[in-house]
Amino acid sequence: MRDALGIGLAVGVSGVAFGTASVAAGLTVAQTCALSLFAFTGASQFALIGVVAGGGNVIAGAAGALLLGARNTLYGLRLADILGVRGVRKAVAAHGVIDETAAAALAQPTPAAARTAFTATFAALFIFWNATTLLGAAATERVGDTSAFGLDAVGPAIFLALVWPRLREGRRIVLVAAVGAGLALAAVPVLPPGVPVLVAAAAALLGPAPAAAEGGAGGADGPDAPGPDTPAADADRPREVRP
Amino acid sequence: MTVWIAIAVTAAGCYALKYAGLAAPRRLLDHPAVRRFAMTVPVALLAALVAVQTFSDGGSALTADTARLAGVGAAATALLLRAPFLVVVAAAAGTTALLRALGLG
Repeated sequence: MRDALGIGLAVGVSGVAFGTASVAAGLTVAQTCALSLFAFTGASQFALIGVVAGGGNVIAGAAGALLLGARNTLYGLRLADILGVRGVRKAVAAHGVIDETAAAALAQPTPAAARTAFTATFAALFIFWNATTLLGAAATERVGDTSAFGLDAVGPAIFLALVWPRLREGRRIVLVAAVGAGLALAAVPVLPPGVPVLVAAAAALLGPAPAAAEGGAGGADGPDAPGPDTPAADADRPREVRP
Repeated sequence: MTVWIAIAVTAAGCYALKYAGLAAPRRLLDHPAVRRFAMTVPVALLAALVAVQTFSDGGSALTADTARLAGVGAAATALLLRAPFLVVVAAAAGTTALLRALGLG
């Protein structure tokens, strides 16, 4: 529980940053809060408002947000057996399948502890993320011009913090990041705003060969041994990640 | 109005992606291509977002705003020093704001 509160507080900080950046990007307070309530996955939210800020193609923005959200599917796959939820509870639990809850749950020694960790982290994050989104959005709406506060540097800083732990995985991942960034920058002058980031997804083809370190992933992380024992879990390392 | 549509699409899509993980047969996870896609694409996208949001104002022109560049540089420095997330964000905004207050960039 204490861990859940700690993660909740850390997430609250980025909630304020999101609310602030979103209103600065031109969204209303209501739109900003709707994103945090119903999308509830930070990187995707930041990606969408980044495109809106530039007056870009919002469909491309939504596509980028969804591509980023695809990693939550992977967390769901890993969590399904451990949580063992059905029906309505499954529908509710699904909303909470994000970086932090997956990490908290998968780090527990038993399925029961994993379920508790998931629920506590989900609850804490949902409350903090939405409350602080509202706080940041409402405050920014009153201030008006926010360029003096340097908020345009906050978006890239958050994305950098998100990708940072992944860059330690090896040269191939660094190559993917570098090529992705290069492709996107090259596309900025020629493609509508929002699309260059999608183009960068092609860089993932340069990723490390999947067969390499996947050995034990098959059944090792079932209900009896949930834990950060696979490459995926390492990569999930979500301490510094938003919902 | 289009912004609301984008929000609705994003919210519905993000939820569907989360639900799909809980609902899909978990054997999918053993499929190398699925795992590779899910793990590697975010790295490419996040790096692209860093680059685009640092070197453009969201439009079709590449720009080099000194204050913003310095802010992102400060964030990178904070990350190198293993600073907590809050410090990373504060370093970025603080550096950019300070330089603007001084009339640079």
